Amino acid sequence: MRGRRRLFGGLNFTLRDGDLLRVTGANGSGKTSLLRILCGLLSPVCGMVRWGGGDIRSLREEYWRQLLYIGHAHAVKGELTALENLLVTCTLVGVNVSRGQALEALSRLGLAGYEALPVKILSRGQQRRVALARLFLSEKIPLWILDEPFDALDAGAVDCVRLLIAQHLSRGAAVVLTTHQEIRIDNPQVQYINIVS
Amino acid sequence: MFTVLRCVIYRDLLLATRRWADVLTALVFFVIVVSLFPLGVGPEPNLLRTIAPGVIWVAALLASMLSLTRIFAADYADGTLEQMLLSTAPLGMIVAAKVIAHWLVTGLLVVLIAPLLALQFDLPQQLLATLTLSLLLGTPVLSMIGAIGAALTLGLRGGGALLSLLVLPLYVPVLIIGAGAVDMAAAGLGTEAHFLLLAALLVVAAAFAPWAAAAALRISAE
Repeated sequence: MRGRRRLFGGLNFTLRDGDLLRVTGANGSGKTSLLRILCGLLSPVCGMVRWGGGDIRSLREEYWRQLLYIGHAHAVKGELTALENLLVTCTLVGVNVSRGQALEALSRLGLAGYEALPVKILSRGQQRRVALARLFLSEKIPLWILDEPFDALDAGAVDCVRLLIAQHLSRGAAVVLTTHQEIRIDNPQVQYINIVS
Repeated sequence: MFTVLRCVIYRDLLLATRRWADVLTALVFFVIVVSLFPLGVGPEPNLLRTIAPGVIWVAALLASMLSLTRIFAADYADGTLEQMLLSTAPLGMIVAAKVIAHWLVTGLLVVLIAPLLALQFDLPQQLLATLTLSLLLGTPVLSMIGAIGAALTLGLRGGGALLSLLVLPLYVPVLIIGAGAVDMAAAGLGTEAHFLLLAALLVVAAAFAPWAAAAALRISAE
């Protein structure tokens, strides 16, 4: 529910190890709301989200430790440099990374040479890459929830992120994502949710 | 856990140095408001000495409130707040870090510059220390109460006006006790009671305000 509008209901699904869940739907159909519910940022009007059998509302920090969420607003500060952004966000969510690891993650997403620049002077796609560099440092996190990860990225970066997601799935982790683009991710276990308003 | 506390304080101070115009706004506002009173009231030393503690305290309170909306608004807009809500560290701890950073860039600067401004009011030298100490104990309380208000009004249209309505009544006790301490000292009476009350307010606010603000943030961010 958003205001007085019912976005979706009667939704029931289970995510197993190695599952990819793609959420599709028109703009404003409630994809982001669904992802926020899955993270525990938004409470559903009725129903619940379970993780390993327990309600996420009682698991809280224990669940968040095993979750990576990159939202549509990607939590990148314009005044901070790419490296500072990455280090701060990782510390905030409880992932310990060294400076070297962070630099490597940025360079793998094609941001070598831009680490020390304030993010506000980078392009939108580059800002998105700064946010996505976290993925390289989150290999141990078993659930990734990504809202429009391919938004504003060029073909090279899309390939890089696609590959990264496929690798993560093959490690037995689960990934939930929304996307408008037709992007193939090689994975046998795909589930689709199409929200029709 | 304390890594997160340190990290958030460091980050907010870093952001403040890169957005120094925001920091200066509150400080310049404080200096100007305090300086306008001697100009408006006229050069009557006894009158100025009497109104000095009240004027400086009211100006400090308004300067603190001016910068309150900044505590969470930017993080809310760019999604950092969501990451804070999903952090493995307790949210109250993160809020506490943000309040400390807010106090360091507004309250502490006000405390440091207040004795200088008090000279415009011909405040006797022995009262300067009392004034500074009362502000030093009182301004963190203002930041903490303000954080609750800022968290409650986050993302609302016209949140600024609502924030003042919410927060100003709660500032009144701090104002009365803080300015009262200087008045007592001026009258040659003991100030321990006032300082103890201010310290008690500080301890209570430090213990409860971050958690209250954290609960408010979870509701506002839905």
